[in-house]
Amino acid sequence: MKPAMLKPVKVNPGHVLRYNFAERLVHWTAALSYIFLMLSGLAFWTPWMWWVAMMLGGGPVARALHPWFGLIFTASVIYMLRMWLPDMRITPTDLEWKKTIRAYVRNEEEEMHPLQAERGFARFAPVARFNLGQKYLFWVMFWGGITLFVTGMVLWFTDYIPWSLRWIRWLAAFLHPVAFLVTLAGFIIHVYMGTAVVRGGFSSVIRGEVTEGWARYHHRLWYERISKGAAGTEDVTTR
Amino acid sequence: MAGKVLDIRAISASTNPAPGIRTAPVVAKLIDTSSCIGCKACEVACQEWNDLPAETTVQLGTYQTLPDTTPNLWNLIKFSEHETADGSFQWLFRKDQCMHCSDPGCLKACPAPGAIVQYNNGIVDFQQDNCIGCGYCIAGCPFNVPKMSKHTKKVYKCTLCVDRVSVGLEPACIKACPTNCLTFGDKDVLLQKAEKRVNQLKAAGFTEAAVYDPPGVGGTGVVTVLAYGASPEAYGLPKDPHIPTLVELWKSPLKWLGNLAIVAGVLGTFVHYLRFGPKHVPPDAETTQQKSAQ
Repeated sequence: MKPAMLKPVKVNPGHVLRYNFAERLVHWTAALSYIFLMLSGLAFWTPWMWWVAMMLGGGPVARALHPWFGLIFTASVIYMLRMWLPDMRITPTDLEWKKTIRAYVRNEEEEMHPLQAERGFARFAPVARFNLGQKYLFWVMFWGGITLFVTGMVLWFTDYIPWSLRWIRWLAAFLHPVAFLVTLAGFIIHVYMGTAVVRGGFSSVIRGEVTEGWARYHHRLWYERISKGAAGTEDVTTR
Repeated sequence: MAGKVLDIRAISASTNPAPGIRTAPVVAKLIDTSSCIGCKACEVACQEWNDLPAETTVQLGTYQTLPDTTPNLWNLIKFSEHETADGSFQWLFRKDQCMHCSDPGCLKACPAPGAIVQYNNGIVDFQQDNCIGCGYCIAGCPFNVPKMSKHTKKVYKCTLCVDRVSVGLEPACIKACPTNCLTFGDKDVLLQKAEKRVNQLKAAGFTEAAVYDPPGVGGTGVVTVLAYGASPEAYGLPKDPHIPTLVELWKSPLKWLGNLAIVAGVLGTFVHYLRFGPKHVPPDAETTQQKSAQ
């Protein structure tokens, strides 16, 4: 890939690099801009949340900044597509994994883990760099983000939409909150999973590292792929 | 502008109910297009009373000042050419302005608390000091009335001279009209007057004559007598205006379903954690030299 990414990255012993610096930076650009958009958007969504606009500098300031943060979010989501598209395609293994998603949600996959297979438990499909839930989140955020961008541009320049095309104003006013609600569902689940449920997930997107055991347990196919290279001495996240 | 004098019937984006408990007669402006001579005295009076800067006019090949109302031009006489059913040509004038809907789409769409109010006499007024410049009122209006100022990033329109009306004066445009085409007063009285004028027009051969007080927006504070009432579009008026369905869907079912879903989502994750807690990496999944990072 890019020369900067091929430079050796120092990783602590027993750890592997899960997210390189560019990935972490883009993730947090998207995350922080989304949080601003969510907070200001909730203030415009319902008067119950209007106080949030006061905390962001007042209604006119929140309104003036909202579309600019929207541009930052859109750009970061498009960059994520560029970065992660090969890892985000849904594969036959994912569909196999989906069959046991109930067990995953109930934290019962431990007994069904491939590492335990020799002990006679049911097989739990191994996961590559991202599991199906993470892939769904990505596609919800990507298509939701594109919808929010297109409808947001219409709302930003509503007065430039000719009266004869006024249905575009109406459609944008309706679809913008619909797309927001869909991405918010993804956001809530993502934050919950990444911080509370899958321990180690949050630190991996801050410092970039996970333990080899974590990698082997949660993302076995990815771990097997990267451990064939010299793990810890090069940027193993790139394919 | 004159909140102390007039009670408020409806207020945009507020958790606080509108405080008005007194009922007041609904006021209206009657525009009898059949007696308008297109002199534009009302345009001038509006600019002058509201102290609005004059905009550079555009040559449209008609007598019309500008193609549309602007943040600085709240009252515009629209000149249109209309071919009637019998093939004769008519030159139509209509005073275009905010219609002061009884069910205002702008107010429904507005997310800024107190930026749009409806007084108990029916006047719909923008409070620019509360406006955040989002333009949702532009999407909510079925008449294309609110106009955003590029300079202040706020929206402006006819106030129905609420500052004059609240102290017992008639709006500036009414005061200036030389033909009595414009009258102001109680809406009930004006509707009777409009009906009478329609009957006169019908007797004079304008069989389509009608009163334009569209029920789709609950009636308007600007009642218009149209000589060719079967085709309001000829005057630049929508035939059956109502708040856009998508705006209605956004503000009632989507909003409440969305609020429910957000609360359910947050509570759902919390309950999930109480029930299932975090995932644990089993010890034998760890490498020998390193414990889990958690």
